[in-house]
Amino acid sequence: MKILTVENLSKSFGGIHANKDISFDVEEGSILGVIGPNGAGKSTLFDLITGFTKPDAGKVKFFEKNIFGISPDKISNLGVGRTFQKLKPFADQTLLENVMIGAFVKEKDIKRARDRALEIIDFVDLIEKRHHFAKELSTGQRKRLEMARAMAIDPKLLLMDEVTGGVDQKTIPGLVELVKKLKKTGVTIITIEHNINIIMEISDNVLALDQGKRIAFGEPKEIQNNKQVIDAYLGTFDAA
Amino acid sequence: MTSEIILQAIVTGLMMGLIYALIAAGLSLIFGLMEIVNFAHGEHLMLSMFSSFWLWSLFGLDPLFSIPITILLMAFCGIITHYFLIRYILKAKMLIQICATFGLSIFIRSIAQLLWTPDFRNVDKPLLEGRIEIGSVFIGQPQLYASLVCLVAFFGLYWFVTKTETGLALQATAQDRHAAEILGIPSNKMFAIGWAIGLGCVGVAGGMMANYFFIFTDVGINFALFAFVAVALGGFGSIIGCLYAGIIIGLVESLGGLLIDPSFKLLYVFVIYLLVVIYKPQGLFGRY
Repeated sequence: MKILTVENLSKSFGGIHANKDISFDVEEGSILGVIGPNGAGKSTLFDLITGFTKPDAGKVKFFEKNIFGISPDKISNLGVGRTFQKLKPFADQTLLENVMIGAFVKEKDIKRARDRALEIIDFVDLIEKRHHFAKELSTGQRKRLEMARAMAIDPKLLLMDEVTGGVDQKTIPGLVELVKKLKKTGVTIITIEHNINIIMEISDNVLALDQGKRIAFGEPKEIQNNKQVIDAYLGTFDAA
Repeated sequence: MTSEIILQAIVTGLMMGLIYALIAAGLSLIFGLMEIVNFAHGEHLMLSMFSSFWLWSLFGLDPLFSIPITILLMAFCGIITHYFLIRYILKAKMLIQICATFGLSIFIRSIAQLLWTPDFRNVDKPLLEGRIEIGSVFIGQPQLYASLVCLVAFFGLYWFVTKTETGLALQATAQDRHAAEILGIPSNKMFAIGWAIGLGCVGVAGGMMANYFFIFTDVGINFALFAFVAVALGGFGSIIGCLYAGIIIGLVESLGGLLIDPSFKLLYVFVIYLLVVIYKPQGLFGRY
């Protein structure tokens, strides 16, 4: 079953096409990897899907319901979660409070929201840091915090913007494993990632963008051999 | 100068400081939430005092009993202010935001002068009257109860903001609006709630002050100035900072007036403000 359908989505900023006529769908329970060079329009696509930016044209359907132009909080309430490329933890609050804020969306009782938050914090392997302020956590831990917070709203679809971006090499495998573990819970994931090898490892389908346009969409193997994608990345996947 | 007089000044300063703290907390909450300075805060305080006055004058309701009505009226005023003015300037440049709330202050004061004239008014024979004597210290009952009510309201506010679902959502919105929105928290609603609570605090302070202050259209100006100093001293956006700052300001005003010269008591407070701006611009507990 299709969880998300994007049809001819377009957005321009002052004459520059950030996204132009982009169409794709996402199967429930799958991982869609989004790749593209810097400025390809990947984060803009996330902003359009989650309501932070209003599209100029096109359709975004979540479970066949058109969510075009709806505010982010309403889209979130439908079951769409998101993490950000530039991390946005609530720095002056503890990890537990960060996740509880998300948990309150589904659970109004404070004790139950707290229990749920602790369960999720344990899932992302940060239980010993639960009383630490978000500003005290490392970048890798903040990435986990954002994932935990997004999971707390019990999303059907989770959009993750550069999970492994800005972290050291040792931290990357743990984050990749966490994404795989997340998939096993049944949540559908769309992830932007610069590390092509990771995208090929975890994705069921890959969407490749360049200069705001879709240049390829398909299974990782097809994308790996797509000439346009190779040209866009100016090299081989191993080099990337 | 005897120790009794100094003790008297400390008690007076403490009581006034708690009122400043609550007024400043409302201002700080609004600023912390949307980074907009409400330059009409003094006028909102004036409205709350007039609310108490008119409820007494027209319906015979003592200010002590009309406090809940005043709080509700001020909270409603906050929501109206947000929906009819603030939400349109949220993304505007800071200068536009300053002009908007400063303009609002002039608008409210002018309307008040038109409707109620600049005459001084007071609540005659309120329930809270007289004074009590503890040792050598005399404490006016209206001042004592006003400060205690403000202290309770202050801790009620602090509990609400730090321990409840809505309070955590307010904090989340204050720290990162977009991150809060993607967790299903509607920022526009949070801003309206912030204004309602911020002006509700002013409603408590103004309602209690109506017991013993003259009520006139310019009454809020000095209190607003002190509230700005308290917010800067406590740290922009910090509610608990307002408590410490309010008490410090109350004590400086009272002790400075006693020990140096009462005619310069405003000056002492503003000297503190300048020192904070120069040496610790983020205030005692601020995050900005």
